[in-house]
Amino acid sequence: MADTKDFQKGYLNMELLRFTTAGSVDDGKSTLIGRLLYDSKAIFEDQMEAIEKASEQKGDEHVNLALLTDGLRAEREQGITIDVAYRYFATPKRKFIIADTPGHVQYTRNMVTGASTANVALILVDARLGVLEQTIRHGYIASLLKIPHVIVCINKMDLVDYKEDVFTEIQEKFKELSVKLDIQDIRFVPISALKGDNVVDRSEIMDWYEGPTLLYLLENIHVNNDYNYVDGRFPVQYVVRPQAEKYHDYRGYAGRIASGTFQPGDKVAVLPSGFTSTVKSVDTMNESVDMAFAPQSVVLTLDDDIDISRGDMIVKENKMPDVGQDIEMMICWLGETPMVVNGKYSVKHTSSDARCIVKEMPFKININTLEQNREDKGLALNEIGKIKIRTTKPLFYDSYRRNRITGSIILIDESTNRTVGAGMIV
Amino acid sequence: MEKYNLNHLRELEAESIYVLREVAAQFEKPVLLFSGGKDSIIMFYLARKAFWPAKVPFPLMHIDTGHNFPETLEFRDQLMEKTGAKCIARLVQDSIDQGKAVEETGINASRNVLQTVTLLDALEELKFDCALGGGRRDEEKARAKERFFSHRDEFGQWDPKNQRPELWNLFNGKKKMGEHFRVFPLSNWTEMDVWQYIYMEDVEIPDLYFTHKRKVFYRDGVWLADADFMEKKDSEEVLEKDVRCRTIGDITCTGLTLSTANSLEDIIQETAATRVTERGGRYDDKRSEAAMEDRKKEGYF
Repeated sequence: MADTKDFQKGYLNMELLRFTTAGSVDDGKSTLIGRLLYDSKAIFEDQMEAIEKASEQKGDEHVNLALLTDGLRAEREQGITIDVAYRYFATPKRKFIIADTPGHVQYTRNMVTGASTANVALILVDARLGVLEQTIRHGYIASLLKIPHVIVCINKMDLVDYKEDVFTEIQEKFKELSVKLDIQDIRFVPISALKGDNVVDRSEIMDWYEGPTLLYLLENIHVNNDYNYVDGRFPVQYVVRPQAEKYHDYRGYAGRIASGTFQPGDKVAVLPSGFTSTVKSVDTMNESVDMAFAPQSVVLTLDDDIDISRGDMIVKENKMPDVGQDIEMMICWLGETPMVVNGKYSVKHTSSDARCIVKEMPFKININTLEQNREDKGLALNEIGKIKIRTTKPLFYDSYRRNRITGSIILIDESTNRTVGAGMIV
Repeated sequence: MEKYNLNHLRELEAESIYVLREVAAQFEKPVLLFSGGKDSIIMFYLARKAFWPAKVPFPLMHIDTGHNFPETLEFRDQLMEKTGAKCIARLVQDSIDQGKAVEETGINASRNVLQTVTLLDALEELKFDCALGGGRRDEEKARAKERFFSHRDEFGQWDPKNQRPELWNLFNGKKKMGEHFRVFPLSNWTEMDVWQYIYMEDVEIPDLYFTHKRKVFYRDGVWLADADFMEKKDSEEVLEKDVRCRTIGDITCTGLTLSTANSLEDIIQETAATRVTERGGRYDDKRSEAAMEDRKKEGYF
């Protein structure tokens, strides 16, 4: 029987880290994830047996760890990954959520999807091939999606005799390239996912490398400051009005804090009405709390009776968001049908629904060279460009750079209801 | 900034509550699928948190195979009474009687697959446009590719190659007439997270999860509970063992774990030490490598 106090400390004191992986076909991404899961003992015996059996059947020489992450029948048959897959493992320090995204050219949209919620991006580079066009693309997407930390894993070091100069050269090349990108924190680790060097366990052969292993980095990168704790933003999701005698006058606003903190006594404004009030209480089912912060889900009550509904935003008065209908953004196109200027789409932004028209497209980006193209006037699947839209009603927003929640927006095709655009407000 | 620390369970809780509120806001008539297992118990618990002090603004529904552990039904009824919630039951037996589903025969017969028929009929009959499920991505490899908001066509089918991208916390629940959504608020939870959360919040769960003596027999590496409707081979001997459930499904496919864990602490330590997946004991997944993928495409939970 465990000692209760130690027990609580051990199991209830972990942090959550979300990371995404990007690599080209055959960079060994699935093998790396398999290795992380395997060496951190997150793979169970029955899973291992299943992939041993499958590897044997396919005639693979060694157990193919990649089979752990290829979930669907079509993927196993074709040996590719067709969609974002989510994987989980934990160490005593952290619980990890991996968004594993495929590396094919046509699947840029999957990388954008996986990157949208990540604190850390792992970019894989094949040590034999060095920095490729795809590497530039992955770096660009990580910077566009404002992933706070990037770890460049230089993989397959075993195939270049674990040579230090191969590692150094790729590192220099990537650093040169990253000058053009906007990434705050970049680290480099030489690894062999296949052999296990520097993934979980330190490499005995690469004694020239003195930095941390990949898992050590993942366990220790400081992610606490990745949230914006300054600008108070509370998009109202749902109005809570109990039909019970005891709570007759209760009117609460349910939502998830997008940024900043809220506590009783805070002066707030409600958008779009502009009415001001004071926070009366911050409620959860178990208790009323002294303070809540992003990304907590709570219910706010206010001192004044104001008409507030879903789509409204409660904000701290000291720093107001932008309010407007003409919005400029970088957009990654996810739809099979190309985006056209003058096209009309539905939009979702925080808890707000509206419609929009694409007014202009100043340029699109060649994501392999990072050059701007000002000639084309549309975006095909997986293309990225800058657009200006006009919405049917005002949105309350911040720049994506400042706030990943109030700065992000999706476009939806009105005839198919598919999500076709991922926008980051400039 | 250390004061702004949320542990992993609080962060998962915040995410799930957010998803549950999106469902209430975006759909006209959602329903929470309740099986009496720990995942659906947690989902219902989070729903109560999400809308407190108001009641959960949608009903629960139990697709009942008729092969339940009696303890599960008792627990369900008590929980509904305590919380004042409403649980609709739809019986697989009715689908069989109406000729819509055909009972499997033979030694491994199970009503697991038949549940899909009853479920899809119930959604159509009661005009639910969104069904909340307790599925987790760590359970099974086909589930790992599932979205929080999973679109289903008018036949209730899942098209894994054609899913809507899900970005940030913006969930697109737009649909056409006759289509519906399956939503999985616990997508990012693991088995361990669920146990830790039950421990942290002191959530009530059925006694089946703790050790108890039960008549069991051994088949293909799995301990199964004995019951009147369980067909046994002559070689399968019924023994009494100390067991507990890791998952609770219907008796025909729920593998039992030999265990003497009688507290949540014990269960968490057992979970930490165990080397077999939760669904490793699920007979329904052993049918083929793509058993879950195939069932999901047809409209399974």
